[in-house]
Amino acid sequence: MRILVIEDDLEAAGYMRRGLSESGHVVDHAADGEEGYALAAEGGYDILVVDRMLPKMDGLSVVNRLRAEGIDEPILFLSALGDVDDRVKGLKAGGDDYLVKPYAFAELLARIEALVRRRNPEQVETRLSVADLEMDLLSRQVRRAGTDLTLQPREFRLLEYLMRHAGQTVTRTMLLENVWDYHFDPQTNVIDVHISRLRAKIDKDFDQQLLHTVRGAGYCLREPS
Amino acid sequence: MNLPKLFKTSTFRLSLIYLSVFGASVLLLLGFIYWSTARLTTSQTDETIAAEITGLSEQYRRSGLVGLADVVRERSRNQRQSLYLLTDGNRFVIAGNLNTWPEAETQPGGWLEFPYRRPIGGRVETHPARARHLIVPGEFQLLVGRDIHAQSEVIELIRTSLAWALALTLALGLAGGILMSRNLLRRVEVINRASREIMAGELDQRIPVRGANDELDQLAFNLNEMLDQIERLVTSLREVTDNIAHDLRSPLNRLRSRLEVTLMGEGSAEQFREVLEATIAEADDLLATFNALLDIAKAEAGQLEISLETIDLGPFIDDLAELYEPAAAEKGLGLSAAVHGRIGFAGDRQLLSQALANLIDNAIKYSETGGAVVIRADRSGDAVEISVTDSGPGIPENDRERVTQRFVRLEASRNSTGSGLGLSLVRAIAHLHDGELHLEDARPGVRASLRLPSRNPEE
Repeated sequence: MRILVIEDDLEAAGYMRRGLSESGHVVDHAADGEEGYALAAEGGYDILVVDRMLPKMDGLSVVNRLRAEGIDEPILFLSALGDVDDRVKGLKAGGDDYLVKPYAFAELLARIEALVRRRNPEQVETRLSVADLEMDLLSRQVRRAGTDLTLQPREFRLLEYLMRHAGQTVTRTMLLENVWDYHFDPQTNVIDVHISRLRAKIDKDFDQQLLHTVRGAGYCLREPS
Repeated sequence: MNLPKLFKTSTFRLSLIYLSVFGASVLLLLGFIYWSTARLTTSQTDETIAAEITGLSEQYRRSGLVGLADVVRERSRNQRQSLYLLTDGNRFVIAGNLNTWPEAETQPGGWLEFPYRRPIGGRVETHPARARHLIVPGEFQLLVGRDIHAQSEVIELIRTSLAWALALTLALGLAGGILMSRNLLRRVEVINRASREIMAGELDQRIPVRGANDELDQLAFNLNEMLDQIERLVTSLREVTDNIAHDLRSPLNRLRSRLEVTLMGEGSAEQFREVLEATIAEADDLLATFNALLDIAKAEAGQLEISLETIDLGPFIDDLAELYEPAAAEKGLGLSAAVHGRIGFAGDRQLLSQALANLIDNAIKYSETGGAVVIRADRSGDAVEISVTDSGPGIPENDRERVTQRFVRLEASRNSTGSGLGLSLVRAIAHLHDGELHLEDARPGVRASLRLPSRNPEE
C-alpha cells in the first residue's frame, strides 16, 4: 500500500521508511506540515501517518484541514504526548488511531494494516472464516472442520477480533484495547495466557496450526500456506 | 518607607478621597453652626435696638424733639452698650455718645454697621457697632445702635474654633490615613519580602499570617496554599529526576556495556541478533519504567485529568478478574471476586482499572502455588472499599509504608520481575480520587485495599 509519512524527525522517518518498505509498502515522506498537507491533498495514499508536532503547520491542523476538504484516508497520529486528553484531541480532529512515541515498530505496522483493513469492511458480515475455522456471529457458534467448539464469551470476542484481522499481526496492546477496552500496559503476560487458552481450543486437536505467535510483536491468525 | 512611595499607595489615595468627603461634610456642618449663631446674635442686637427705638419714639410723641434730645443725652450717660446720636439735617451733633456721624453706608431698612472709637479707662478702642438710622420730622437724624464688640468677639471665637476644628479634623484624617496605609503597606511589604525570599529559592518559606483573618490574612493564606501546591509539584519533579538518575542510569549503563562488549568480539550474525533482541527488550522495560514514573509524578501532582464516570463495581471487578483468572490459574492460584450488592460509584475507569490491575498483579506474583487471590468490594459507610488479598509471604509491618515509595522493592522480591513502581502508582491514583491505599496483614499474605469516598455518580 502507499503510505504518506509526515514527520519532522528525519532519522525516525528514515527508519520508518526502511521498515515499511521492507514490509512491502511504498512510502512518501514530508518533513513539515505544509508539505505534508500539499502531498496529502493530491491524494492517492492508503493511509497517512502524521506526527502531532510539526514545523510550519502542526499535525492537528493538517488533519483538520484535510478532513474539512473531504479527504477521508485513514490517519494514524504519532505523538510524544501520551496523555488521555491529547489522545482524545487527536481522535476528535479526525485521526483514526493514536500511537504514543516511542513505539515498537511491530506495533506501528500492525496498526497501519488494521486501519487500512478497517476501512474496507466486507459488508455486514454474519459469518467469518479462516481455513476450516468458521464463526457464526448470529448464532455465536464456532466450528473447526465441522466440530463445534465451546468458547467463553471473552474467548469468542478475542477470536472474532483475530479472525477479522486474519493474516495481520495484532499486538497485545491492540488486543487489550479492542477486546477488553483497557488502555494500560499490564505488567504480566495476561494476554498470552488468554491466547494459549484459546489456542488449546481451536488448534490443539488439529494438525494445522492457525494461531501463530509473532516474535517480538504479537499474534497472527492465518491460513496455512 | 519614604513619603513619595506612600503617596502612590492605593490605601493612601483611598484615605485622601475619604478625607475630602469627610472634610466637606464637616465644613458644611460647622458652616451651618456658625451661620445660625451669627444670625441669632444679630437678631438679639436688632431686638434690643428695636426696643430702644420704641422707648425713644414714645418719648418723642410725649415731649417732642427737646424731650427726645433730653432722653438721648440722659441715656448716653448711663447706657454703656447702647449708642445714640441725634443730629440736625447737616449732621451737626445735637446729643448722643457718638462724636460724629459714621461714614458707613446705610443699608436697606436703615441698618448700618460701622466701627467707632470708644474711650475705655483713658484708652480709646475701636469697637464695631450696629445701628438703625431714623429720620425725625424736621430733617433731624437719629441713630440708635449697640456696641457689638462682645458679640463679634463670640462670633470670632466661634469662627476660630470652627476653623481649628476643621483643621484638626483634616490633620487627624490625614495622619490616620498615612498611619493606616503605612500599617497596611508594612504588611504588604512583609508579603513582598517573603515572596522575594521564596523566589530566591527558599521554597519552604511561608508568608506570615497574623491570625486576624482579615483580607490580608486571607491573601497570605491563599498564597501559602498556592506555594504548598507548587512545592508539592517541585518536590515530585525533583523526586522523579532523582529516581531517573538512580534507577534509569544503571539499566542504561548495562545496555550500553552489552552493546559495546558485543561489538568488541567477533560474533556471528545469530549472536548479534540475540543481543539486539535482548537490547530491545531492555529498552522496552526502560520505557515502561519511564512512563510509569511520569504517570506517578503527574498523578501525585494532581495533573492527570480524571474523567469521572459511573462505575458499577460488580461488572468492573468481574472484568478485571476475568482478565487475570487465566494468569492466576497458570500459577496454580485460585482467583475469586466477591462484590456485595450493587455498588455504584464515580471514578476514572481506566485509572482505577490500572490501579486494581497492579494490585492483582502483585497478588499473583507473590502468592505461592495452591494459594488464593480474593478481590472484594464493599460499601463501608460513605466510602467504597476494594481490596485484593493474597496468600503470599506478606509484608513485614515496618516495611508497609516504605513499599509504596518509588522503586522500593523488598529483599525478598529482588529476583522477581517488576520495576518497584506498581504500588506508588496505585497510591497516587487513590489520592487522585481523594482516597487512600491501605496495606494490612491478612495472616498470611497481604490485604491491599483502596478506600475511596463514594461520590454521588451524578455529581
